[in-house]
Amino acid sequence: MYQLQNKMISKQKIGINPKIQKRELLITALIKAAGYSAIIFVGMIFLFLLVESIPALREVELSNLLSSRWYPIEDHYGVLPLIGGSLIITVGATLIALPFGVGTAIYLSEIAPRWLRETLKPLVEILGGLPSVVLGFLGMLILSPYLRIWLDLPTGLSALAGSILLGGIAIPTVVSISEDALDAVPKSYRDASLAMGATEWQTIWRVTLPAARSGVLTAVMLGIGRAIGETMTVMMVTGNAPILPTGIKDLFSPVRTMTATIAAEMGEVANSSTHYHILFLIGIILFLISLVVNVTASAVVFRQKKSQERILS
Amino acid sequence: MNKISIHNLSLTYSDGAQPLRDISFDIPANQISVIFGPAGGGKSSLLRTLNRLNDLTDIQDQEGSVLLDGRDLLDPSLDVIQLRRQVGMVFARPVVLPLSIKKNVTYGLEVAGETNKDLLSETVESSLKKAAIWDEVKARLDDPAIALSGGQQQRLCLARVLALEPEVILLDEPTSGLDPISTGKVEESLQDLKREYTIVLVPHSVQQAARTADQAIFLLQGELIEVNSGELMFTNPQDPRTQDYIQGRFG
Amino acid sequence: MTMKLSARQYKQRLGFSLLTLMTFLTVIPIIGVIIYIIYLGLPAINLEFLTGFPREGMREGGILPAIIGTFYLTLGTATFAVPLGIGSAIYLSEYAPDNKATQLIRIAIINLAGIPSVVYGLFGLGLFVLFLGFGTSILAGSLTLSIMTLPVIISTTEEALRAVPQSFRTVSMSLGATKLQTIKKIVLPQALPGILTGVILGLERAAGETAPILFTVAAFFLPRLPNSPLDATMALPYHLYVISTQVPGMPIKIQYGTALVLLVFVLGMNLVATAIRSRARARRQW
Repeated sequence: MYQLQNKMISKQKIGINPKIQKRELLITALIKAAGYSAIIFVGMIFLFLLVESIPALREVELSNLLSSRWYPIEDHYGVLPLIGGSLIITVGATLIALPFGVGTAIYLSEIAPRWLRETLKPLVEILGGLPSVVLGFLGMLILSPYLRIWLDLPTGLSALAGSILLGGIAIPTVVSISEDALDAVPKSYRDASLAMGATEWQTIWRVTLPAARSGVLTAVMLGIGRAIGETMTVMMVTGNAPILPTGIKDLFSPVRTMTATIAAEMGEVANSSTHYHILFLIGIILFLISLVVNVTASAVVFRQKKSQERILS
Repeated sequence: MNKISIHNLSLTYSDGAQPLRDISFDIPANQISVIFGPAGGGKSSLLRTLNRLNDLTDIQDQEGSVLLDGRDLLDPSLDVIQLRRQVGMVFARPVVLPLSIKKNVTYGLEVAGETNKDLLSETVESSLKKAAIWDEVKARLDDPAIALSGGQQQRLCLARVLALEPEVILLDEPTSGLDPISTGKVEESLQDLKREYTIVLVPHSVQQAARTADQAIFLLQGELIEVNSGELMFTNPQDPRTQDYIQGRFG
Repeated sequence: MTMKLSARQYKQRLGFSLLTLMTFLTVIPIIGVIIYIIYLGLPAINLEFLTGFPREGMREGGILPAIIGTFYLTLGTATFAVPLGIGSAIYLSEYAPDNKATQLIRIAIINLAGIPSVVYGLFGLGLFVLFLGFGTSILAGSLTLSIMTLPVIISTTEEALRAVPQSFRTVSMSLGATKLQTIKKIVLPQALPGILTGVILGLERAAGETAPILFTVAAFFLPRLPNSPLDATMALPYHLYVISTQVPGMPIKIQYGTALVLLVFVLGMNLVATAIRSRARARRQW
């Protein structure tokens, strides 16, 4: 046994086999490269969009771009109706997602008994996993006709239908992140409030929710971000009419979003035509909007404490 | 003969804090040297300097020299992987790796590249015997190590270190989470082990220090206050601060 | 003492009822949607539907090419996104220092996560289909989808890695292991269930997306199955879109049947991921 021990590799005076060392250096370098890849991809996407959209600015006058007529066949490239369409739908979606999303989060986090919470949470997560084309499909076949009949409209394909569906799509994001934020509020806050004679309801509104407000704000912003970026759902239920919405009543008319425009028209444009470049211009506008919304939302100071549960929703 | 010689060792964190200031003393071979003192005194930092585990923290500056058999451990070109096989460490809370009992013991050998199956199983048996736990686990070597009790886990951690045949064994409050019986077993093992190895121990109580020390070093807030043989330190400490601490006037 | 409720308690009852109502208004449609699709789609499901090709302009026959296409795209996405995503997460969790460069990486990931799917489609069209000349192909589609899936995989993998206790790493290195050996032997195996769950959820999203594949891979109708990565292919989400909006006289049954198949594909993955997550939690060794 003494002889065997003298042959122990670990007793030899080298720390690590040089061949292994070389391989480890290579793998470490690859890992580091992978780490930086995210930056490279964002840069690539931005640059590409930029390169393909700048010709649009040269080929089309600003007055055209800022007009309210989008009719590419006759060289009308007013993007305002599209921006307006995205805007009105996003506002509508927020008006739905905020109360229902935060309300559901409060219910699940503060009020519902444990067994109910464990049952309902996965259901909300499922909503988040539904493909947008399935929701658009159902919206087209069920929601729009329903709206048409119920509200006596010429067509159910409208901004309202889009808002309802996008609100639904944003709700799971709002619920899960808000719920984490509410969970993270220390129990001692609630206990202190109750000890002073407040009801649970009062505690929620005066203590818990304000304490979680940065997380809830993040949740809503990320939900909005998701709504802005939706394509298929809006393409299928908003009617795709590029008319600039001017007031609340336009909620009941068809609109067209920026995203739907790109999706619908990209297949038909000639490569490198003006129309092609304009679509890329719309693309870069979307890129920048989402950049601002998402980075701001994440800069709002809020550390996720519950690791896996939230991420996997 | 001195196994380790420390000269003017000072450590500085990146935020400016200095856990150790100008420490100098020797660690004789085949003895139990006990480094004791109140919390925050720099004892763990000192221990972690001896196996360069401090490299994993944000220590910014290491001044002075630490000689192991004449070689300076603070030399940046030193092979730290090999060093950590020569200077093994047992931590305060028993941290068993999420592997089987057997695999825990052979881990150090396997990462070194050892594949000789006979050697590995022989080492498992001899290390677990030296750690006084062989009889308790020999029938379930493939069971997950997490199934063992706290005291058993800590002895497994000791076996894990012994498997690498180190020259020095560092123990950082190894019995702090253990019941008195397990603690007694560990202290007994140390008396056996010092015949083959040099032991550096941070005790979790002054009483443990008094029970085990061949040589005792008192560290207070990063400074070395007193060095003496175990017997003399605890019967007749020289420095008033040492006296106060030993008698429990502060802690 | 009077039994009449005080104003505050009354308010609380009202408020609680309102929130309960809101929650159920949110949740019940979800259940309703699933039941509705199953109810209307199940009649269409038979062996021919799942294994046959479309006939009569999609109005009859099966959707096999779409199923296979989605399967290939999911596989292709995994091929690119998984190694890159896991590698990136390992960097962030085990190597990256706490400095501006690392912050920039994190901002980039957040950014990637928020880019609208149609913009990915645009990028994929411009770069992979046109500039690099891959054409409308599984390759172009997979590459596009994998960049889109990257943020999800990176963030869930990083969380799974960070959940592994630091003490394991310290102990491993104190026994003479290198950082890479520690990652390979201890950290990755322990984080594996969490990583797997994240990967499956990311791929689930990729499988259900339409916009990124609109111009990069999706074909309206193909008489044969694709046999190389440079072929275009049909895919379930795109197929559903097309048959519900572009084909007059499409039987409702087939539309709902297609939706059902897509739903099963996607929710099936969700189920697998959840199962892995629960099982891993029960068997954790720390």
